[in-house]
Amino acid sequence: MAAVETTRPKAPLIYNPKARGIAYQLLLCALILFLAWSAIHNAAENLARAKIATGFGFWDNTAGFDISQSLIEYSTTSSYGRAFWVGLINTLLVAALGVVFATLLGFLLGIARLSRNWLVARMAGFYVETIRNIPLLLQLLFWYNAVLKALPGIRESFVIPGGGFLNNRGLFLPQPVFGPAARFALIALLLGVVAAIVYRSWARRRQMATGQQAPVLWVTLGLVIALPLAVLALSGWPVTFSYPESGRFNIRGGIEVLPEFMALLFGLSIYTAAFIAEVVRAGILAVAKGQTEAAYSLGLRPGLALRLVVIPQSMRVIVPPLTSQYLNLTKNSTLAVAIGYPDLVQIFAGTVLNQTGQAVEVIVITMAVYLTISLVTSGLMNLYNRRMALVER
Amino acid sequence: MRGVLACVLGGLVIKSVVLRLALAAAVAIAASAASAQTLNTIKSRGGINCGSNGTLAGFGLPDSQGRWTGLDVDFCKALAAAIFNDPNKAKFVPLTAKDRFTALQSGEVDVLARNTTWTSSRDTSLGLNFTAINYFDGQGFIVRKALKVNSALELGDAAVCVQQGTTTELNLADYFRANKMKLKTVTFATSTEALKAYDAGRCDAYTTDASGLAGERLRLANVNDHIILPEVISKEPLGPAVRHGDDQWFDIVKWTHYAMVNAEEFGITQANVDDQKKSDNPDIKRLLGTEGKHGEALGLSDDWAYRIIKHVGNYGEAFERNVGQGSPLKIARGLNGLWNKGGLQFAPPVR
Ligand SMILES: N[C@@H](CCC(=O)N[C@@H](CS)C(=O)NCC(=O)O)C(=O)O
Repeated sequence: MAAVETTRPKAPLIYNPKARGIAYQLLLCALILFLAWSAIHNAAENLARAKIATGFGFWDNTAGFDISQSLIEYSTTSSYGRAFWVGLINTLLVAALGVVFATLLGFLLGIARLSRNWLVARMAGFYVETIRNIPLLLQLLFWYNAVLKALPGIRESFVIPGGGFLNNRGLFLPQPVFGPAARFALIALLLGVVAAIVYRSWARRRQMATGQQAPVLWVTLGLVIALPLAVLALSGWPVTFSYPESGRFNIRGGIEVLPEFMALLFGLSIYTAAFIAEVVRAGILAVAKGQTEAAYSLGLRPGLALRLVVIPQSMRVIVPPLTSQYLNLTKNSTLAVAIGYPDLVQIFAGTVLNQTGQAVEVIVITMAVYLTISLVTSGLMNLYNRRMALVER
Repeated sequence: MRGVLACVLGGLVIKSVVLRLALAAAVAIAASAASAQTLNTIKSRGGINCGSNGTLAGFGLPDSQGRWTGLDVDFCKALAAAIFNDPNKAKFVPLTAKDRFTALQSGEVDVLARNTTWTSSRDTSLGLNFTAINYFDGQGFIVRKALKVNSALELGDAAVCVQQGTTTELNLADYFRANKMKLKTVTFATSTEALKAYDAGRCDAYTTDASGLAGERLRLANVNDHIILPEVISKEPLGPAVRHGDDQWFDIVKWTHYAMVNAEEFGITQANVDDQKKSDNPDIKRLLGTEGKHGEALGLSDDWAYRIIKHVGNYGEAFERNVGQGSPLKIARGLNGLWNKGGLQFAPPVR
């Protein structure tokens, strides 16, 4: 037997489809690597010949310019690297809040457009068709100029009861300053959140098993809000407020929300909500009508039928295009540059690029950042989608 | 319709993002063009590409018929006159402050004459060379009269609108730091947006080069409600820049400015240049090319300076026409007067 095996003619490797496939792939990889290498090499050589500074040495140099909004410590003596982080955080801030608001508004509108109430459905339809069809840049410029024009000047500020101001320099609110004793309240808050999660899952399991309902909402509110407040009261209110006050030109102190930020957040949320509304509407329509009818015949009220039967099933259809909308919102936030909001593109791909002149490095970093944000967002959404997906048995 | 609108509007900003991306790539690939013969490229192309300001009265601004005017525009026309004997062979590419250097590095423009301040880092690490100073300037502030501010030193805590990618942005931060004043900067990509925000009350002050203030204030809704503060907080020597690596082109750009200044010094004007050609003054003979081979040494014809003066005029004429008494800006010669009249404009001799 053994002899037969050894004498069997062995096909040369080129006729082996698997080996051939691997060889082609290797060849392609080598080609791509070579192209990339020669592009980089060529660029470096050309830049050196033109005596244009290269490399990432600029990262630690002093930036020298001021930034209107930074959530981390930044001054004109900070480095370009620091300015990069300020810009990135500003981008993430407006994108994250934009995603939250656009989602809330978008779901409301999507559902409203399917409402049996003629007026509600028409109004939602009107919103979607108008907002979707006007370029975002125009809307941002509109909101920015509307915000600036509609709000009073600094000397005629709206006074918000409780010590806040609203004017064309922004929204100014009292800033809570927590004393050392406030950490007990923080601990209470964390405990409250954990307890609420445990309670909710217990209540759900019990409802599944026995059909008995628990007052989930009230218990959650009590644990998350009332408990920390009670602890705060017991520890003698270790909270003071730093109130904004008017100086010679501007309002100082307190929490400051810039008009540029408000306009951008407003514009992005309103615009993206119109697209999300359509995604939601399509998702709901994709759920077979029989599901709603079955829910009704079980005695569920329309609101509950929507919440418990239709929406969970429509999420499978909604999530993938919703992810695209989130990515769009993040990328659209780069239009900030038009209305003076200091996002990553305005600070880094704008001022830093100009001051250092290192276009290649700065643009490569900026592209890498947006790519990373997009990949992380869609990764998270895919995780969520996998949990939502229909589990086939 | 919607598509068209979207394109036009989107174009405004997208253009700058995509443009920067494209330019970044182009910098890497085309930087080699720097060492090429710029003059030959210009001649075979049949025109000069000038990086210009597109919105600044007095320096670079197209009118409704697309005719460009301004001191920097006239400078480019002078270059075109010297090379082609035709000032209309200059093509103007409007650039924002922050995109201008990338455009020059990548070879999109041959020369950057866009009220650009000569600084050491721009002259070295950006891969550029500044040729000459065609306008001596400094940075100033404009504020609302109603604020009752008389000095920039009273601006502590003020909000200031400024354009990004400028020395203005840096001087502003320095000035407030040096004087221990708090500052709220609001930064915009274009001066149009920055000025509009100032006009809408977003900022207490707007700051830029004094020459820019003179032009920009005319765009405010109510010019008389604003005053320019007396302080000049920086030195802003503005001048045309070229890429590193082409000495001939560097010389041509530099000597175009000097020809205009020398012409003013010798009293040669657009009107009398033909008469002056008959002059016996050896300085004038050399400048106008009736004696010596000074144009040839630059790679131009010997009457290069004659062409400049014939088509564009001398430095003083260009100044008065664009920013001086013949313009709405009405800026006095001041530092930009000739050296023998109390100013700083001093040109090396043609010999
Ligand atoms: N000289 C300064 C500032 C030049 C500058 O860009 N000035 C502004 C304000 S006068 C301008 O020309 N803006 C017109 C525009 O960007 O369209 C520099 O070189 O950085």
